[in-house]
Formats: sequence, C-alpha cells, structure tokens
Amino acid sequence: MDLQKIYDMPENIKQWNDARMRDIMGSLLHIGVLAAAFLVILGGILFFIQHPKEIFDYTTFKGEPAKFRQVHLIVKESLNFRGRDIIQLGLLVLIATPVARVIFSLIGFLIEKDWIYVAITAVVLIILSVSLFSNYLSF
Amino acid sequence: MVTFIAILFAGALFAGFIGSLTGLGGGVIIVPLLTIGFGVDIRYAIGTSLISVIATSSGAASAYVKEGILNIRVGMFLEIATTLGAIAGAAIAFFAPTHAIAVIFGFVLLYSAVVSFIKRNGTAESEILPEKKPGRMIGLLKAKGTYPTANGLKSYTLQHLGGGFIVMCVAGILSGLLGIGSGALKVIAMDSIMKIPFKVSTSTSNFMIGVTAAASAGIYLNRGYIDPVLSMPVMVGVLIGSLIGAKFLIKSRTKSIRLVFAIVITLLAFEMIYNGLAKNI
Repeated sequence: MDLQKIYDMPENIKQWNDARMRDIMGSLLHIGVLAAAFLVILGGILFFIQHPKEIFDYTTFKGEPAKFRQVHLIVKESLNFRGRDIIQLGLLVLIATPVARVIFSLIGFLIEKDWIYVAITAVVLIILSVSLFSNYLSF
Repeated sequence: MVTFIAILFAGALFAGFIGSLTGLGGGVIIVPLLTIGFGVDIRYAIGTSLISVIATSSGAASAYVKEGILNIRVGMFLEIATTLGAIAGAAIAFFAPTHAIAVIFGFVLLYSAVVSFIKRNGTAESEILPEKKPGRMIGLLKAKGTYPTANGLKSYTLQHLGGGFIVMCVAGILSGLLGIGSGALKVIAMDSIMKIPFKVSTSTSNFMIGVTAAASAGIYLNRGYIDPVLSMPVMVGVLIGSLIGAKFLIKSRTKSIRLVFAIVITLLAFEMIYNGLAKNI
C-alpha cells in the first residue's frame, strides 16, 4: 500500500504539472492567434487607405521583396506603419505562435526534469529555427 | 483590387466553415480556389494556405488543449517526424514543376473525398488490446497516457512507434508540398497504426498541425511565397469561417454535409488533375 503510494507520487506531480502546462499553452495559442489577427486586420485597413486602386498580379511568381521575407526586416519595416508591412508582421506572429508553444514546452519539460523530452523538444525547436531563418543559412 | 479581396474573403470564409465542419481543414479548398478560381501561382496558393492552416489549428487547439485529452509528449515526439517531412515537402515544392504539384494535389484531394465519406463518427473507440509487453523505445519515451472518459480515466500504451513515425514523415511532406494540414493522415498514423484512442488521436493531430505547418511556412516566407495582400483576406476569412463552423457543428447533422463536401472535393480533384495534365497550372 505504502509502496504503491510512493510509486504513484511522481506521476501525480507530473500530471499536475502537465495540466498547468496545458492551461498556459492554451492561453499562449489563444493570445498568439488573436494578436496575429489583430495585426493582419489593422494592416489590411491601412492598406485599403494607402492603396485604394492598386492592382496586384499573382499569376506568375515574382517573389516577395526581402522586406517581406527576412524575419529581422519584417520586424524593422513594420515600424514604418505601412499596411502591407503590418500584415506581414501579423503573419510572422502567426507563424511564431506554434514555435512559442514549443519553446514553452521545452521550459515545462526542463522544470519537470524530463530530460528525454527536453532533448526531443530541442530537436523540434532546431528544425523550426532552421526553417524560419533559412534565408540566413543561404541554402 | 477591393472586389478581388472581397471575393477571396468570402471564399475563405466558406472554406473555413466547411473545413471545420468536416474536420478536414480549409487548406484543401483554399489551394484550388486560388489556383483554379483566381489563376494564382500554385506556390503562392500553398504559402497562403499554410497561413490559414496555422491560424485554424492554433485557434482550435487553444480551446480544447485544456480538456486534457491530447498527449503532449507523444505529439512532441511525432513532431520531429512531421517538421522534418514539412521541410522536405517545401524543398520538393520549389524544385518540382507546378503542374506536377497540381496533379499530386488532385490525387490527395480524391483520397480526402473518400476518407471524409467513409469517416467514422468517433463513437467506435479502438478496441482494448491485450496488454502487450512494451518495447524498450516505448518505455524510454514513456509512450503511454490516460485520458478522461465518462467512466473515469482510461489508460493506453502506444504500439508500432516506428511505423507511426514514418507515416508522420509522409504527412509532413504532404503538408509542406501541398499546403494542407494533412490531419486525416496524422489521425491514421496514431489511431490505426499506433493504437492511440481515437479521441486522443484527433485532438493530438490538430495540436500538431500548427507546428507542422509553421515548419514549412518558414521556408515559404523566406522564399518569398507568402504575400501580405493575398494572405490577409484568406487568414481572416478562414479563421472566422472555422469559428462559425465549430459552433454549427454541435447542432448540425454532419453526414449530409460530408456527402456534399465529398462531391465538391471530387470535382475539385478532377479539375486540379485535368489542369495539371494540360499544364494550365
């Protein structure tokens, strides 16, 4: 009986932590999507005011300029408060939301000292970083 | 331009609504809508679609992540497979000719139509398997879990980790190549192969879709395939549409909707395959 209790204990602590982790994760995703949607809508309104008549063509690929592609330029350009720059910042926030969730998981597993999952989460985070910053890696 | 954006917004609203009602996501409709409907380059369409996939997946996950059904650890482990696959898929998309992507997309659509038509309702839980002696990897990864049911906590142990991992890689490749969430394939990997209870599989799958899509969206963003003007109406439209769909889901009888959806998807599939073969895309 006592042995069983001791055996169960870490599992209970883990589950309590997991529940708290899930709560924070849920809020994190919620805030991320809301912030992204807010920026995209704000940028859209600004775009309509700034370019009411402009026509864009997407039938052939021309590629976005660097200011819409590279992470640090997206952040920098958005300070100019132009419609498309703000939209692109919102899209960056949206892409960063799942990444933030993975970073938070990493912190959670570190607190639980669950080293195998710290390693697994770190691998996922590295893969995501390679993708998000692939421009700087020049491949 | 305002009319173009307004039509795009309406289309995205519809895609999000139907996508959340059928559980297949908006991506399968957004890409054909943009390519066939508006003549947009398919890689722009995929980049835009990935944005909408992240939005709906994260939006939905924020609501049910607190219910405690999904398995965060198993999800994280399998995300290694899906994110690697997603990067590979995005890389293939840049080297493959666009009409070939269109044909592949068409066939995946056809498959989705079949799956959505014969999809089970989730009432049939996977049968309880006799307790097998778990392998070393399963023990190491603590690949088991519990989930709340009407009769208290139920426990389960994973099986066939390797097989599930490989199918997750394929799901990631398709997601990165076609701009879809590939949730159906993720559920198959967990439910049918790894023997994870159906409810746990579906919520863990949805949880993973955002991270998978973010892995390829990063590449699309860096390559210049994510356009602000194109993404704006699509992201907002799909997000609102899926929220309405989630509210509607509880009241509606989804069987007839699935039938309509399967027919629409089949028509879109043939359209994509035809246009791909004729090299119109």
